[in-house]
Amino acid sequence: MRVTFTVNGREQVADDVWEGESLLYVLRERLGLPGSKNACEQGECGSCTVRLDGVPVCACLVAAGQAEGREVITVEGLADYARRRDSGVSDSGASDSGRSGSGERGAEHPGDGAGELSVIQQAFIDAGAVQCGFCTPGLLVAADEMLERNPSPSDADIREALSGNLCRCTGYEKILDAVRLAAARQEEAV
Amino acid sequence: MPTTGTPTSLSQGSRTSGGIGESTLRPDGTLKVTGEFAYSSDMWHDDMLWGHTLRSTVAHAAIRSIDIAEALATPGVHAVLTYDDLPAPVKNYGLEIQDTPVLAHGKVRHHGEPVAVIAADHPETARRAAAKIRVDYAELPVVTDEASATAPGAPLVHEDRADHHSGHVPHPNIVHRQPIVRGDAAGAAARADVIVTGDYVFGMQDQAFLGPESGLAVPAEDGGVDLYVATQWLHSDLRQIAPVLGLPEEKVRMTLSGVGGAFGGREDLSMQIHGCLLALRTGKPVKMVYNRFESFFGHVHRHPARLHYEHGATRDGRITHMKCRIVLDGGAYASSSPAVVGNAASLSAGPYVIENVDIEALALYTNNPPCGAMRGFGAVQACFAYEAQMDRLAAALGLDPVEFRQLNAMEQGTLMPTGQRVDSPAPVAELLRRVKARPLPPEQQWLAAGEEADVRALPGGLSNTTHGEGVVRGVGYAVGIKNVGFSEGFDDYSTARVRLEVIAGEPVAVVHTAMAEVGQGGVTVHAQIARTELGVAQVTILPADTRVGSAGSTSASRQTYVTGGAIKHTCEAVRERVLELGRRKFGTYHPAWATAELLLEDGKVVTHGGEVLAGLADVLEDEAVDLELEWRHRPTEAFDLRTGQGNGHVQYSFAAHRAVVEVDTELGLVKVVELAVAQDVGKALNPLSVIGQIQGGTTQGLGVAVMEEIVVDPVTAKVRNPSFTDYLIPTILDTPTIPVDLLELADEHAPYGLRGAGEAPTLSSTPAILAAIRNATGLELNRTPVRPEHLTGTGTDSSGTGTGTGGRTAP
Repeated sequence: MRVTFTVNGREQVADDVWEGESLLYVLRERLGLPGSKNACEQGECGSCTVRLDGVPVCACLVAAGQAEGREVITVEGLADYARRRDSGVSDSGASDSGRSGSGERGAEHPGDGAGELSVIQQAFIDAGAVQCGFCTPGLLVAADEMLERNPSPSDADIREALSGNLCRCTGYEKILDAVRLAAARQEEAV
Repeated sequence: MPTTGTPTSLSQGSRTSGGIGESTLRPDGTLKVTGEFAYSSDMWHDDMLWGHTLRSTVAHAAIRSIDIAEALATPGVHAVLTYDDLPAPVKNYGLEIQDTPVLAHGKVRHHGEPVAVIAADHPETARRAAAKIRVDYAELPVVTDEASATAPGAPLVHEDRADHHSGHVPHPNIVHRQPIVRGDAAGAAARADVIVTGDYVFGMQDQAFLGPESGLAVPAEDGGVDLYVATQWLHSDLRQIAPVLGLPEEKVRMTLSGVGGAFGGREDLSMQIHGCLLALRTGKPVKMVYNRFESFFGHVHRHPARLHYEHGATRDGRITHMKCRIVLDGGAYASSSPAVVGNAASLSAGPYVIENVDIEALALYTNNPPCGAMRGFGAVQACFAYEAQMDRLAAALGLDPVEFRQLNAMEQGTLMPTGQRVDSPAPVAELLRRVKARPLPPEQQWLAAGEEADVRALPGGLSNTTHGEGVVRGVGYAVGIKNVGFSEGFDDYSTARVRLEVIAGEPVAVVHTAMAEVGQGGVTVHAQIARTELGVAQVTILPADTRVGSAGSTSASRQTYVTGGAIKHTCEAVRERVLELGRRKFGTYHPAWATAELLLEDGKVVTHGGEVLAGLADVLEDEAVDLELEWRHRPTEAFDLRTGQGNGHVQYSFAAHRAVVEVDTELGLVKVVELAVAQDVGKALNPLSVIGQIQGGTTQGLGVAVMEEIVVDPVTAKVRNPSFTDYLIPTILDTPTIPVDLLELADEHAPYGLRGAGEAPTLSSTPAILAAIRNATGLELNRTPVRPEHLTGTGTDSSGTGTGTGGRTAP
């Protein structure tokens, strides 16, 4: 079957999709967007978290056909999505508020707006919340969505919002640090 | 046609500062937060096929026949391979003992053993074709524990053993046995005022790294193969893969792909040989990606163990002696069981002064899942038991458990049970002091937010099972000792290639090793070392592959020490070459060139006093200095097979924990409120990164304390819970705050004084939590993980892996 939907602001068409294929499979293997990770295929680990019409979902549990005509945001589109949100949908005026630390990307692409990270992405790097990084894409999408709803979360709020995302490396302490840091930087920028 | 997802070099430019000791950020951080970092499961090739493994549905059986005809005839299937298709005389592999068949040969020895592999044009086609393979099994009786494995007439898991341990083991179903005898345990027991004995059970833990086993094998025109894979040790894989393919090692070119965690579970091979076999047979690239279910069968687990301990002490609180017997279940294949036995035996006394010991550790062959490396490697199981013993001894003597430990704590100069002298700082008493001195978290934090109880701070959490009724608090302590690096005489070296050249007027260092970055941050630290040693800002880390010499394994807390040491060593040699060049060019201009104390700093040659002699750009011009060197730490010795004596270990690593728990005694639910750690890391090369290691290791210890266990059916030897629905690892709600107190007492034998850090925090976390739960409930609790039925006394232990409740301890 053919599935047509919007991914990270661009219309995508996937052909020859087998009815049993998940949204995650189509993103990763048919659309060349492997940023969303497959770690359990049963909605337990959150590594494949994407936003479907704004709602965080485990892409492994969504049949590809269910995405027909809908809008999906993946980690690959997170920076752009955050930039549009912060600047009120217009595509200009990339927010620079979250940048600090070494910013390797900035060093490689000075002045390249497309390479700017979102606040939550930069905070994960700066706080040491990334080790192997396999859980990171899902956590970023989930944390970004929580900060959108709740810009000043308590620690208990952060834990509750991220309880569907497993991480095996960090013991979560630095993930909490990262979300606190992102919240504080967002607040400063307002 | 291109392969996408091949690893790229990691460069940090001149805006990144960061020599050793700084919390430099990861060079792969940006790639990992944008989704661009390519893990092994992200590899792609336009005309690739998907590989799939058919695994045994029974634990122990003779294979009467395998019928692949229907599977092979399925449209989209390109190949189905069984044992009969193996191309070379070598058909087994293994880390130390080559006892593991690439594909089952007439027999399977455990549930989930690979029987056939399939390549097809879609993963679902491959899965469905696998289901059409008909394997006729004649089931055999299973051995699942020491009693059944060593009973008269017990079926032998491996008949006709000829490995180098087979001559000294008391039974063919024992992989390896290591006794350690020192002093006179029996004589000392007679002098003891109290003697405490205990039997302990440690459940089977899974590494549960998040990125399942995966890789891409691409056949090459020269008849060889290019393999991109997530592993812990490229060269060890290569040594096992090439002979089975019938290829010389130079025709199997391996590149490390992105690794989604490891924790020991990638030390053995998984899909490597299968993927290469399918690629070579079909002439097409083959990608294999395990799902979570298969991952539980695709790698070894932590050895479950039964441990018997006896300790004695005098009334004044001195330990007189220790006797122990540690039985590890190695499962169907040896993996790293012999080395785990050596660790369990040599570290079984813990970080204490005990002059009289009688120790025996062994690993069994059974029909349970194979067990091997996992973070803590034999030391974890022992620590769980000896720390429970310490609390019981202290209670028997009426002493404070921390003071009792401090009274018996080892220090620099103490002799290990093996006779090895601990010749660098061993701040065991100080680590305990630090965790104890920390203020306790406030009581009843679930009331902190207001009048309503916040269930998120209570046992049971969002399940809303209590608002504080029946909840009691407990506090527990534990401390552990772990060896660093490969032991028992192993030639544990690493290799580093370092190139220094001037590009666009800037000196740039390029570092190339085969070290597996599995998330630990080795790539960050390696760049920091190069910056410190060569005085440059720009460092590029090349992808790890087999074009450079072996780096050894990313395990045993060893990579910062050993590959870090190799990079430091090579950088020093590069620096000498640079200074030679400088002397030749500029030596006559300044007398300081003739003195020995010259350094490279900020891209310049400077004297020890800071005087600038020349810029690196002027010294090097268009010349590059490029060296590849091996580096070794101090050699170790084998343990004597009878007495266990020998300088077997390179270095020791220590951590202590204090756990605070709250237990809902009515439902048997545990909330870990805080896990405070103190650890000596010798020198924190990257404080941010080493604290992350300590917190992560601590959390894996929490997992096996209250949640994590692979449950194996005692009758069928089949795995009951191979999924994240049924095998639970800690979520962010299960994990407490983990304050970390770093000590930096230099080990003069190690590069920069550093101490391997990754594993020690996994040891003491578990027994500290168990001690806290005992403190809260008064229960004996001699097994881990603790399940609700162990706390309420209502359930029966259906796993067959030991008893839980041991009744209440005497007040």
